[in-house]
Amino acid sequence: MPVRSTRKENPLSPQARNLLLNLRFARPMLSRGRPALFEIRNGPMRDENAAKPNLRVLWRPLAFIAVLLVLWEIEIRRQSSHLLPGPWGVVGGIADLARHGLLLKYVVASLFRVTWGFILAVVLAIPLGLAIGWYRRAEMALNPILQILRPISPLAWIPIAILWFGVGDLAAIFLIFVGCFFPLMLTAINAVQSIPAVYVNAARNFGLGSTSLVYRVLYPAVVPNLIVGLRITLGIAWLVVVAAEMIAVSSGLGFLIVDARNAGNRYDLVVAGMLIIGIIGLLLDAGMQSLEKVKSFRWGYSED
Amino acid sequence: MSQTQGIGAPIALKTKLHVDHVSEVFERDGKRTEVLNNIDLEVGDGEFVCLLGPSGCGKSTLLNAMGGFLSPTSGEIKVDGEVVRKPDPRRIFVFQERGVFPWLTVEGNIGFGLSKLPRAEREQRIAHYVKMVGLEGFEKTYPQELSGGMKQRVEVARALAVNPDMLLLDEPFGALDSITRLIMRGELLRIWEAERKTIIFVTHDIDEAVQLADRVVVMSARPATIQQIVNIDIAHPRDISSPRYLELRDGIFQQIGIAHKL
Repeated sequence: MPVRSTRKENPLSPQARNLLLNLRFARPMLSRGRPALFEIRNGPMRDENAAKPNLRVLWRPLAFIAVLLVLWEIEIRRQSSHLLPGPWGVVGGIADLARHGLLLKYVVASLFRVTWGFILAVVLAIPLGLAIGWYRRAEMALNPILQILRPISPLAWIPIAILWFGVGDLAAIFLIFVGCFFPLMLTAINAVQSIPAVYVNAARNFGLGSTSLVYRVLYPAVVPNLIVGLRITLGIAWLVVVAAEMIAVSSGLGFLIVDARNAGNRYDLVVAGMLIIGIIGLLLDAGMQSLEKVKSFRWGYSED
Repeated sequence: MSQTQGIGAPIALKTKLHVDHVSEVFERDGKRTEVLNNIDLEVGDGEFVCLLGPSGCGKSTLLNAMGGFLSPTSGEIKVDGEVVRKPDPRRIFVFQERGVFPWLTVEGNIGFGLSKLPRAEREQRIAHYVKMVGLEGFEKTYPQELSGGMKQRVEVARALAVNPDMLLLDEPFGALDSITRLIMRGELLRIWEAERKTIIFVTHDIDEAVQLADRVVVMSARPATIQQIVNIDIAHPRDISSPRYLELRDGIFQQIGIAHKL
């Protein structure tokens, strides 16, 4: 039997050939990942159960905290130096505060200032930032000033705050406002600038006027980035309120810490105050984080 | 032997789109880039035309100009005798699947251009196009949970739902895997046969062009000129192993200057 060329014996089917040709001319997949605005990433899509507190997830951190508390107590009993109150002392301090009605009063005072400072900053900084981000020329004009004001710690504003508003709630609210304003504005500017042009073009193609463009496309497109910014900023607000209350007012958790030390070295109350600040901070962050699970926002957080 | 004809629309069809001596020059950082050079083209009503050329040749620029997203440096583009100056819902541009709004469900996306309609009519149209693109059962799903091919269907359905006269598709299947791409071509042809919209389809894939189009407009590298217009005289559904298909395809391969061996 004569040897024939294998090429003729095994011709590719036309379909297979087409596939090969397609591959040859296919261009690389467009990268669809958006630039990360912040380094905080929430990883891949969380499963639906993640929202429920679940013993299998919680036992590790709880066990670790228990071990720390035990070690803390043991160490306090072993040596009688008073570098730190023991865990029972702190619990006693919290109970003391609750008994005198100060716990709730101070927590409410701090939350009140944070709420006002934060909301004022949100209401002013976000629309302004969105507008600045949309109009490139505005951004070019304002960016240098923003970059100078942004790195100034809100605490550096304390003298000015007291000069303008006196000692009291307004000064504290102003400091929180200043601390939140610049990060929020920069978040909003970046959020607008990272909207893919294709969304805006599609909206124009469907004949949207400028009002509907704003609320049907620009707003939903920036929400996921804004939520990340809001979450970070609320954390900043909670940091600033404590510092502001140490100087500008005579109530709140920051005042509690300074006052407990000045009025008799009650370090059990100092640590109690710190603990309460930490727990409320955690709850505030969890509240903001739960916004990221809303279905129409969630697209902004997972890398697919 | 490929059949070549002039720039005019097939005689039987009324002219829908007229690209009249269009040139486009971009200036960036003081550098002039000539992208389109004196393009002349007529497309008939209900015709399916593919713009074929190497990547970066300017075919997408031409499509963007047809859509009204940028204006030609010289010459003009007319649709139904009216000069194109801005985007218009009568001609919908389909951007790969990237144009699907991730914050809206499948339903929300398909109904995006229908907000002025009364609710009942809007819902009826949405249901109609959901069915046409085979996404029943996914109405409440967000794009994130859909495959690339499904997102592409959503975008095509969103475009069709506003009942445009023309669809402008910019490498719509470029990001899909080759099997999904073959399926999507079949779907697009089915939809086109049902709705008879005028379709301008940009691609760099010769097979895709020959499988889909009534006419293939072969464009040169930048600055783009029209090298040749090839009439694909094979009835649908096309047998892509028929001698005529291969002949037309190989003619274009030669025209573009690629050796037809791997």
